[in-house]
Amino acid sequence: MTTTTPAPDGGATGAAPDSTGAGRPGGTAETRQSAVTGTGETGERGETGETGARRRPGLPRGLRGLSRWLALGWIALVVAAAVVADLLPLRPYGAIVPGVGTRTAPRWAAEFLGTDAIGRSVASRVVYGARESLLVGVGSAALAMAAGLVTGIVAGYFRRWVDAAISLVLDALLAVPALVLLLAVAAVGRRGTVTIVLGLAVVGMPSFARLARASTLAIVDRPYVDAARVLGTGPWRILRREVLPAVLLRLSPFAFVFMAFAVVAEASLSFLGLGVPPPAPSWGGMINDGRPYLDGDPYLVFIPALCVFLTVASFTVVGDHARRRFDSRASGLR
Amino acid sequence: MATGRGAIARLVGRRLLRTGAVLLLVGFGVSFLINLTPGDPAFALLGDQATGEQIAAVHQQLHLDDPFLSRYWSWMIGIAHGDFGTSYLTGEPVLTAIAARLPVTGELVLLALGAALAIAVPVGVLTAHRADGRVDRAWSVASSGLISTPPFVLALGLVYLLALRVGGFPATGWVPAADGLGANLHHAVLPAATLALALVPTYSRMLRADMITTLQEDYILAARSRGLPVRRILFRHALRPSSFSLVTLTGISIGQLISGAVVVEVLFALPGVGQLIVTSVTAKDVPVVQGVVMFLAVVYCAATAVTDVAYGYLDPRVRIRPA
Repeated sequence: MTTTTPAPDGGATGAAPDSTGAGRPGGTAETRQSAVTGTGETGERGETGETGARRRPGLPRGLRGLSRWLALGWIALVVAAAVVADLLPLRPYGAIVPGVGTRTAPRWAAEFLGTDAIGRSVASRVVYGARESLLVGVGSAALAMAAGLVTGIVAGYFRRWVDAAISLVLDALLAVPALVLLLAVAAVGRRGTVTIVLGLAVVGMPSFARLARASTLAIVDRPYVDAARVLGTGPWRILRREVLPAVLLRLSPFAFVFMAFAVVAEASLSFLGLGVPPPAPSWGGMINDGRPYLDGDPYLVFIPALCVFLTVASFTVVGDHARRRFDSRASGLR
Repeated sequence: MATGRGAIARLVGRRLLRTGAVLLLVGFGVSFLINLTPGDPAFALLGDQATGEQIAAVHQQLHLDDPFLSRYWSWMIGIAHGDFGTSYLTGEPVLTAIAARLPVTGELVLLALGAALAIAVPVGVLTAHRADGRVDRAWSVASSGLISTPPFVLALGLVYLLALRVGGFPATGWVPAADGLGANLHHAVLPAATLALALVPTYSRMLRADMITTLQEDYILAARSRGLPVRRILFRHALRPSSFSLVTLTGISIGQLISGAVVVEVLFALPGVGQLIVTSVTAKDVPVVQGVVMFLAVVYCAATAVTDVAYGYLDPRVRIRPA
């Protein structure tokens, strides 16, 4: 993720990101990112920093394209399921499936993903759980990004004491581990989607703000911004017309990565019993409900777990790709 | 342009000032938490059935009628004196509750950190040495998968495989080290492995990236032309200058470890600090939540500050030109 921000440790050598101050922005943003999940691919920092000197490791080109299409396909599937869940021929997620016992293993004929401990349809709960996950992911990413953009751009453009004050607040937010911060919000809020979205927005805002600030710092010295200033354009108009679009473009890949984080965080919270209250389905809650039956009926845990895994992996792959696409440094423009 | 000791002292001083300011702000946010409860916080603590007297008593106990700033200040003064508040439900001081559970979380975190480094360093060095080789590619794919696996899914997978299918490891529970180190470690294996496996991919990738850069330096070529064995070049010559980012990352990942520990402790039923915060969030015991959050913030800030200073010792360039 640091690679989206050209400022912090931008040396092409990747040598010695001075940890004392400048090195932290990207670093902490990433780690906040990976705090709950391990979604931050911190390791790529130096890798992409070496401007195309080396190929990325891993899959050969064709396979990587394939994995990207698979990821997009899965995301499309999840989005479609979440949007049209009400139209699908599913059983109601809260009702007991008639004629099928509790904890019936998946079978095509009777109930194709099986029934849970109470006898409800797993297929239906997985689909409606996708709605919850996606709602939280998109909602919190949008909120965090909006808040982070505003604070980050303002800090990066006005610098001086505005920057110092904002950076201090961001540091304070980052000083609390992600899940702990989320738990603190959950402790005072009502249980439900709104609290989770707000909590995740608070957790994610500093990372977006750091990235936005770093991008802004790199952009304000560009000639076209100087030109606007010389023409007598006011600071807010410059921010809106010149800086915001460029920063937004650099930030958008991170939004995908953040959504991956948000999906995991929501699942973690539901897993801890602090997510949406039952009987509303969520993947994390389903995993938690299935936990006592892990020995005999592992599918109760591993079906929703697979959904979480695939969704997180897909968002990560797409975000990774988008970052490489939009990274102006890799394109040699910088 | 001062060098050596003076620069380090200034570095430490600035770092301490910043950490202090950050903690003051964290305290501000944490003590504001109680104002964010919808309606009267006393209701949140007592439930809807509370009588007027009970509510008045809670207001008295938590100083809810004081102005916010004075409440904040007295709370911070308390923190500075080691008073992290008192549990509303049990009447136990929060610091005592934390102290009783800290050994579990501490052992877990240290074991995980050690295991993660013990795996990630050789893997990182190896994949950097044979970059783009078969091992490197396989590990790249595997670590991508590992990164996308949430800790609790990883833990359940490990429990299913190692505790239920293969057997040999307990799926839940904790034995204090005082009751036998062997049993203690036996119970710690799965939770610590979960936390460690979540860290290994980021660590090894970071080391690999820096190591590849180092291996292109001239002095490595010189060492190679002198005919030194590859192993010696990798571990003696290249490892230390490649490890700076890894050191920073290790310090910062304390936060990730704490978050992971919360989930893992609940999952494995370990009596740690994470368990404490989750139970108090469920019970709406806000004073304990506040105390634990503040405590963890202090721990995390201390960890990052120590890493930053340690970095100065590892890398002389920082000493000459502090950031």
